[in-house]
Amino acid sequence: MTIEDLQELSEQEQQRQSEKKHRILYCSAAGCVSCGSDNVSAMLKTKVKEHTLEKECEVIGTGCMGLCGEGPLVKVQSDNILYQNVDEVTASQIVESHILNGKRVEKNICDTSAPFFASQTKIVLENCGRINSESIDEYVAALGYEALGKALTEMQPHDVIEEIRKSGLRGRGGAGYSTGLKWGIVRKAHGEQKYIVCNADEGDPGAFMDRSVLEGDPHRVLEGMAIAGYAVGASQGYVYCRAEYPLAIERLKLAIKQAEKIGLLGNRILESQFNFRIDIRIGAGAFVCGEETALIASIEGRRGNPRTRPPYPSEKGLWGMPTVINNVETFANVAPIIRNGSDWFSKIGTEKSKGTKVFALAGNIRNTGLIEVPMGIPLRKIIFDIGGGTPEGQEFKAAQTGGPSGGCIPNEHLDLPVDYESLLAVGSFMGSGGLIVMDSTSRMVDVAKFFMQFCMDESCGKCIPCRVGTRHIYGLLDKISKKKATQDDLTLLEELCVMVKETSLCGLGQGAPNPVISTLRFFRHEYEQLLQPVETYLGGEVEVADFEK
Amino acid sequence: MLPNMSLQEKSQKTAHPSGDNRFKLLDRAITKHQGRGDSLIEILHVAQGIFGYLENDLLIYVAHAIKLPISRVYGVATFYHFFNLKPNGEHTFVLCMGTACYVKGAEQIQNALEEHHHCKFGQTTKDNKVSFITARCVGSCGLAPVAVLDNAVVGKLTRDESIKRVEQMRNSVKATEQTVQEVVV
Repeated sequence: MTIEDLQELSEQEQQRQSEKKHRILYCSAAGCVSCGSDNVSAMLKTKVKEHTLEKECEVIGTGCMGLCGEGPLVKVQSDNILYQNVDEVTASQIVESHILNGKRVEKNICDTSAPFFASQTKIVLENCGRINSESIDEYVAALGYEALGKALTEMQPHDVIEEIRKSGLRGRGGAGYSTGLKWGIVRKAHGEQKYIVCNADEGDPGAFMDRSVLEGDPHRVLEGMAIAGYAVGASQGYVYCRAEYPLAIERLKLAIKQAEKIGLLGNRILESQFNFRIDIRIGAGAFVCGEETALIASIEGRRGNPRTRPPYPSEKGLWGMPTVINNVETFANVAPIIRNGSDWFSKIGTEKSKGTKVFALAGNIRNTGLIEVPMGIPLRKIIFDIGGGTPEGQEFKAAQTGGPSGGCIPNEHLDLPVDYESLLAVGSFMGSGGLIVMDSTSRMVDVAKFFMQFCMDESCGKCIPCRVGTRHIYGLLDKISKKKATQDDLTLLEELCVMVKETSLCGLGQGAPNPVISTLRFFRHEYEQLLQPVETYLGGEVEVADFEK
Repeated sequence: MLPNMSLQEKSQKTAHPSGDNRFKLLDRAITKHQGRGDSLIEILHVAQGIFGYLENDLLIYVAHAIKLPISRVYGVATFYHFFNLKPNGEHTFVLCMGTACYVKGAEQIQNALEEHHHCKFGQTTKDNKVSFITARCVGSCGLAPVAVLDNAVVGKLTRDESIKRVEQMRNSVKATEQTVQEVVV
């Protein structure tokens, strides 16, 4: 396939789509599937067939449409009407009344001018909910693989790296290292083979951004990886996806097969000298494998134990060769940057954090779902405008970002702009993008205990501070929550947190105490309320921390 | 005669002595990965898919097939949560303990179920009907609290609802048992 063939394919598909009078899109992402979108889509298809509308109307499954809490969602694309909470009855009404008679089903219409939709800026999710996630033609028609074509024909590898560096794109996995710099290091590193690895081991509880991108727009990730491969001189890529995402794995497999078939992956891509293959590696449920060196070990078929850095994977990674490891969302940003130029991208966001960030909104919030906002947007706007605030009668207490390595952000810091540096300044962490809202019913000691239990279970056991430290911190938190602890225990807890943070080997251990440190910083009184007064302590037995769980 | 013998020998050599045909499926997967040691996790996925869980014998078989030390295979199988070394009950109840579900009360559901059914999470009920499992995050955070009951995701759970669901699972008669009973009646 040549560039001209690609353009022709794009035009053909656009032509085909314009011939259809109506395109009914239903959300086929995991959230909507779990509330019954399969039945809805079956009903839509039956009704279309029943009224012999197949020629003018097509029913298509798309990626996540965003408003997961109100699913299943159905969109009539031609009229730009979004329906929420669609059941089978509504589905048949959509076909029979809206499509056939032009009468909208008012009771299920979702207001798309609401801040939830209006305040978002979509780059990564631009195709999610708009195109058929299982069709390469539709992706190509939506300017897909144009960036790969541009890179291969008009740009030298170092131009690609320079473009990415100038755009200011930073790793979306949480740490925020400059993507352009990372690629530059791998390009310069010596090695007979180089690798591109996409980290899709999205283990943070409460985060489902990467999954939504992989399920809704898998080709975008593949394209980003191929561009990265061209830029650094790699011919092999791996997507490391967690086993808990079977749908994402299925879609990825299909996407790779489709791209290989028309010569967008494999040998001599777009008639150039560039060869690039992508394989999928499936994880097996270990949170620590999100850490890059542990992930490498897991791809090599070993236990997911991290190792010391340096050497960083950019110099010695997979099988000792220079390796680019980026997150799904980072790769998803690559194609639009190459297509539209770095200037376009760097206009969005703040001085140091460019572009957008996808967040998964969940917890005690009205509009749960997937959102994409420009960097630097105040947290208050995300929670109260886009998220609609806490449900009635409950008071906002804190927002949690960064998962088990992150921290809580209380009400007084809500005007903080969301970017890497500002979040770090209040003791939280950008993380991969889970944003959990907690209201006054959440007890912060329990929240800290919950995260600590998670880290304790997920600790790989290689280094002692993490393996033993998290266990002791958990024991102390358990003691505090059962009102058996004293002031001394609290002091010990604080010392332990600092020790584990400073001396652990990898990010899991170093980040593990963060939820405790952050809740202690903002909600210390909740801990102190649960402490035993000194007199009882002197008279009573001293209890040893309970390790039962 | 001679060529026949060698063929027979060959088939004896490749087929598993138990005559279990499922090993043929596993062998096919191992061949697909060219018996490479770095595909151990993929092969274990396939093995668990075929056999339901990873018995010690099965791990030894895999170790021999891809020429890895048994300790290495066992180490990998025990490291990752996804691999089961024991069989599950007839039904599974996977409760999501992701942050969103936790904030929405998954722990109360866990406690209620453990108390009502006298079975801790991570174990199977005594009648071998239901295995209680916790998951880290099934990614349906918008519907929290969520559980996966025999591969079907159920959202917006409550305590009573989940107890009722588990009771239904425990009372459900296995399809074969049911037919036997019908015949007896």
